[in-house]
Amino acid sequence: MTATPSFAPPASPEPVTPSMPPRIELRGISKRFGATAALTDVSMDLRAGEIHALVGENGAGKSTLVKILAGVHAPDSGTILLDGVVTHIGDPAAARAHRVAVVHQEPRLFPDLSVAENVFLADPPKGRFGEISWREMRRAAARLFEQLDVRLDVGAPVRGLSMADQQLIEIAKALSVDARVLILDEPTASLSAHEVERLFAIVRRTRDRGVAVLFVSHRLDEVFRLSDRATVFRDGRHVITEATRNLTTADLVRHMVGRSVTLFPKADVAVGEVLLEVRGLTRAGEFSDVSFTVRSGEILGLAGLVGAGRTEIARVLFGISHPTAGEVLLDGRPVHFGTPSAALRAGIAYVPEDRHQDGLVLDFSISDNITLPILARLFPRLFVRAATERGLAQGYTERLRVRMTGVDQLAQALSGGNQQKVVIAKWLATSPRVLILDEPTRGVDIGAKVEVHRIVSDLAASGLGIILISSDLPEVLAMSDRILVLHEGRVTAEIARSDATEERVMFAATGQVGASGDAGPGLPPFAAMARPAASSEATDVR
Amino acid sequence: MSAEVSVRPAGPGIGSRFVGMLGRSRELTLGGVIVLLCAVVSFQAPHFLSISNLSQVTTLAAIIAIAAVGESLVVMTKNIDLSVESTIGLVAFVVADILRQKALPGPAAWAAGIGLGLVLGMANGAIITLFRVPSLVATLGTLSIFRGLDFFVAGGHEVNLADLPPGYSDAATQSFFGVPLFVILAIIVVVVAALVMRLTPFGRQVYAVGSNAEAALIIGIRSRLVIFLAFAVCGLLAGVAGVLWGMEFGTIYATSATNVSLQVIAAAVVGGVAIAGGAGTVVGAAVGALFLGLINNALLLLQMPQELLQVIYGAVILVAVSADALIQRRERRLTAQGAIR
Amino acid sequence: MTGAPVPGSGAAAGEAARPEATRPEAARPVSVRRPLLQRASGLLRWETLLLVVLALLVVEGTRLSKFFLTGPNFANLVSAVMEVAIVALPMTLIIITGEIDLSVESMIGLSGAIVGSLWAAGIPIEVGIVVVLIVGALGGLFNGLLVTRLGLPSLVVTLGTLALYRGFAQVILGPTAISSFPAGFTAFGFGNIPGTTIPWTLIVFSVLSVVFLLVTHRTWIGRQVFAVGKNKDAARYSGVRVGTLKTALFVVTGMIAALAGVILAARFSSARADNGTGLTLVVVTIVLLGGVDINGGKGTIAGVILAVFTLSVLQNELRLAGVSSEYQGVAVGLLLIGSVTAPYLARQARSYSDRARRGRQPPAGSVERGEVV
Repeated sequence: MTATPSFAPPASPEPVTPSMPPRIELRGISKRFGATAALTDVSMDLRAGEIHALVGENGAGKSTLVKILAGVHAPDSGTILLDGVVTHIGDPAAARAHRVAVVHQEPRLFPDLSVAENVFLADPPKGRFGEISWREMRRAAARLFEQLDVRLDVGAPVRGLSMADQQLIEIAKALSVDARVLILDEPTASLSAHEVERLFAIVRRTRDRGVAVLFVSHRLDEVFRLSDRATVFRDGRHVITEATRNLTTADLVRHMVGRSVTLFPKADVAVGEVLLEVRGLTRAGEFSDVSFTVRSGEILGLAGLVGAGRTEIARVLFGISHPTAGEVLLDGRPVHFGTPSAALRAGIAYVPEDRHQDGLVLDFSISDNITLPILARLFPRLFVRAATERGLAQGYTERLRVRMTGVDQLAQALSGGNQQKVVIAKWLATSPRVLILDEPTRGVDIGAKVEVHRIVSDLAASGLGIILISSDLPEVLAMSDRILVLHEGRVTAEIARSDATEERVMFAATGQVGASGDAGPGLPPFAAMARPAASSEATDVR
Repeated sequence: MSAEVSVRPAGPGIGSRFVGMLGRSRELTLGGVIVLLCAVVSFQAPHFLSISNLSQVTTLAAIIAIAAVGESLVVMTKNIDLSVESTIGLVAFVVADILRQKALPGPAAWAAGIGLGLVLGMANGAIITLFRVPSLVATLGTLSIFRGLDFFVAGGHEVNLADLPPGYSDAATQSFFGVPLFVILAIIVVVVAALVMRLTPFGRQVYAVGSNAEAALIIGIRSRLVIFLAFAVCGLLAGVAGVLWGMEFGTIYATSATNVSLQVIAAAVVGGVAIAGGAGTVVGAAVGALFLGLINNALLLLQMPQELLQVIYGAVILVAVSADALIQRRERRLTAQGAIR
Repeated sequence: MTGAPVPGSGAAAGEAARPEATRPEAARPVSVRRPLLQRASGLLRWETLLLVVLALLVVEGTRLSKFFLTGPNFANLVSAVMEVAIVALPMTLIIITGEIDLSVESMIGLSGAIVGSLWAAGIPIEVGIVVVLIVGALGGLFNGLLVTRLGLPSLVVTLGTLALYRGFAQVILGPTAISSFPAGFTAFGFGNIPGTTIPWTLIVFSVLSVVFLLVTHRTWIGRQVFAVGKNKDAARYSGVRVGTLKTALFVVTGMIAALAGVILAARFSSARADNGTGLTLVVVTIVLLGGVDINGGKGTIAGVILAVFTLSVLQNELRLAGVSSEYQGVAVGLLLIGSVTAPYLARQARSYSDRARRGRQPPAGSVERGEVV
């Protein structure tokens, strides 16, 4: 079915009858990326006229599913049925032709073009001679936004609009093709409470018109407020699909999180003096009023969901970006790092999230990568001595047990785990005092993961202060002496090792702190988890 | 029952909004500057605003404007064409040569010239899209290659005005109701181009490709075809400019139109066509050409050294691009601060 | 807390079941020979090709004229390209970092103009040269700051300074040409070491070549240059001062372009406002012909040196064959485009044959950067 763009809402919503096939049905969908299984044998369905929430931790497979529906990836196996018809969504254009509209987390708009044009670029309204009718485009765009109950200057360029407005444009794009499936991927991540309300009203109206809405979110309160059914994914598998009214927050959390993994028992290390202190650190738009300390020998875990601001904090600590308020003290003295090289010299090291993009020069050998930050220090007389470099690299790679053919092997030839070890080796070579690790075991196999944990534990034992940013709950729990939980740029909890449980961290990470009251150390995790009180808007939960 | 109607969150104050608006309408700002320039110069040299002077200035500017319209298309796709000067020179010479040898009647010769421009533009487009040579490198090369062709055709001779059909270069001084012919032609070109850019899918795709190449691909826009066509049109319009050049200057050498590329690019850049792609208008480029032409003339009339011209071209490019960058930086900072947390 | 394993011993509880595979094999002595061969085999591609082309050209040259391999012709051939040759050296580093400097030809003209007018004003040549080097450094600094501080694309910045610096030269000299330079100056630019057929300017180039060879391939400055070119972000996050590095490269380029301008003026024994016009094309061609990747991150000084001689032999032969200087420009233009097209076509051919050999489609949907699931 090709897209027949309509620029006015249908006169009456399509009637939804129980005997109709689901709008979208997924059967046995699997997808691997290299060694990682992103989705395994996932089956679920999405009905017309419902809001269906998709919930899961980072790495559960939600965004892979969204990308498959958007035509960005093709599943390795399994079938997709649209209204009962087996369909192959080959590319994003095909998805649009099938009237499956996806609003991605990050808007993909043309900053120099106007709002109206962004909405209609793929298929602009035409006039009598086939020329583009700007008047009609503006009118249609205005109508769409009116439908969304939003006042937006459709003639203004997109550049400079807020994230929330850009997202609305993406939604308008979806509406413009009269989508029958609307997928929203973490839509509320950058919205204020007010904008969230606005979005919800739009989503409900869209549902009422018979559109099938899939809404991926971390915010459990929103799941309860908005969705009719909810599905939980965990480790790439479907766990449960159930009507939202039959679920409690505790149920959801339990399904999201329940897992057993051999944890690496961290060594008991005597914690020393404060190395790094952060006070009221703020960076507009990313995080605010963050305060914490890191002591020698201590591992401070930073937990939270994607977008909580943890990497942004690390970037400020490492001099990649600058705070708008607050201070950072190293050994009690305030410091301000203008560039990473300044942070480096002060003894801070940062192992970035994206080791391919930011952590390694893939085209360099292992030893070249390891010596990159310390070249000037190592060779004060400019000339590089290969023997020195190789010897140094040899030492670190042995200590970290990197599997390689030799220190001259190119970094791109290594497996993910070994690449990560090389990045860590590189930073160790700078003799840091504070080491920040950002998702150090992401995309790393179990064996290497355990190794990395051993290394981190050893490093703490040798006196480093370590900040461990991780979305892997078991990892955070196993490795951290203290866990700082962030939610939307604010610290929502600081949990000592002895009090830490997955549920407590998860609650704080999804902003639930306060909903259940602060559970004291002696309270079992599931105690007294009442369903969130029905909100005043009667139309919320079906 | 509808949710609260939202007005956009409070943005920057009146002063900076004004600057933002100016930043957004380069054409208006430039127009204002031109008026100012005319006022200032005419104080010192009243001859500046005379019909005869203005006719001459605008005639010359018209030629550059037409080439600048073509260059704008290329720049909007985030590319660049350094070879326009060689195309103009070559076409001017070829047309003049054809007419000298009386091989074809006037209009046919002009058509041949424009066709040659088109072919050269397509050659550029092919090298860039088929062989993935970056446009900087490709047009740096064709700048030289086309000029070499020019030398080849010239064979060491120039075409003298005397050898051309009588009254040939009169066209350059023709005017209708006081408006020089070339200016009318330029206006036609600009209007047609502006309509195409505004009203056809191709025009919008040019902007899209330059604004966000990835998103364009995702939507299904055939970027390489769009870029190829942009270069083809650029060559075509350079061909037109070449024909007019020949009429204006009469005697054509193999070295004619050297250094014109810089003028054309400067005209586009100062007219608001962003080097980063995706923004600007052909009208702006034409106004930019007018602006530069007026400055050129002003230097002459104020008896300031002509050598300052290159300095001015360079400064104009640098100032325009820096200003754009600074405005963008400000906007980005404001957006980040406006984002809700 | 479970029993405390000895830190660092690796004998922790979770590891008992660790599969054998993760224990590293006894570190094999890193043979020095192998990496050299690996690196040499990479070198083998482009530079060897160039060497072969150069050899062929030389053979052709001897066929064209029996004077080809003589001393005087060699001196001729070499001194004709020394200006662009020395500028090609820092330009190589600029292009490796992913930038470009189009303004070099104008700096060449500007420095000639300054030296000439200072001389005409009675200031000794030596002082003039020093002044010009400072001007070159300042010009380069201007380029560098606009690129690194304002984040402007180097293409457009140096396009602007291409015009600006040329304009300055024109303002300084106007239409006049300074041609009464001291004999020593002219001899330096044009002449050879007495008693030999080795041009003085070749000495300058040789010294600079050695410096650049060493710096680029043997010092950590060169290492950082390559790192920035291959992955600017990773370099920055590894503590490389990217902005400072790039600005320094522009400064050096400006200074060397200024030096080239002095040499040019000496060789022609004439300083004119349009000295050096068209040389940017030649410099960029030499660099790309030398195997440097226009997108940054790859290249060797050795390749560029070979390219210098290849181009100079080519130009010399074209001259011998009666091709006038206007057409030399065409040859250079074709060479420029060819230097980029040929590797692209070769890559296409290789991947096509790879795919044909493998006989199946590449895996659908590759992992996006940073994405796990």
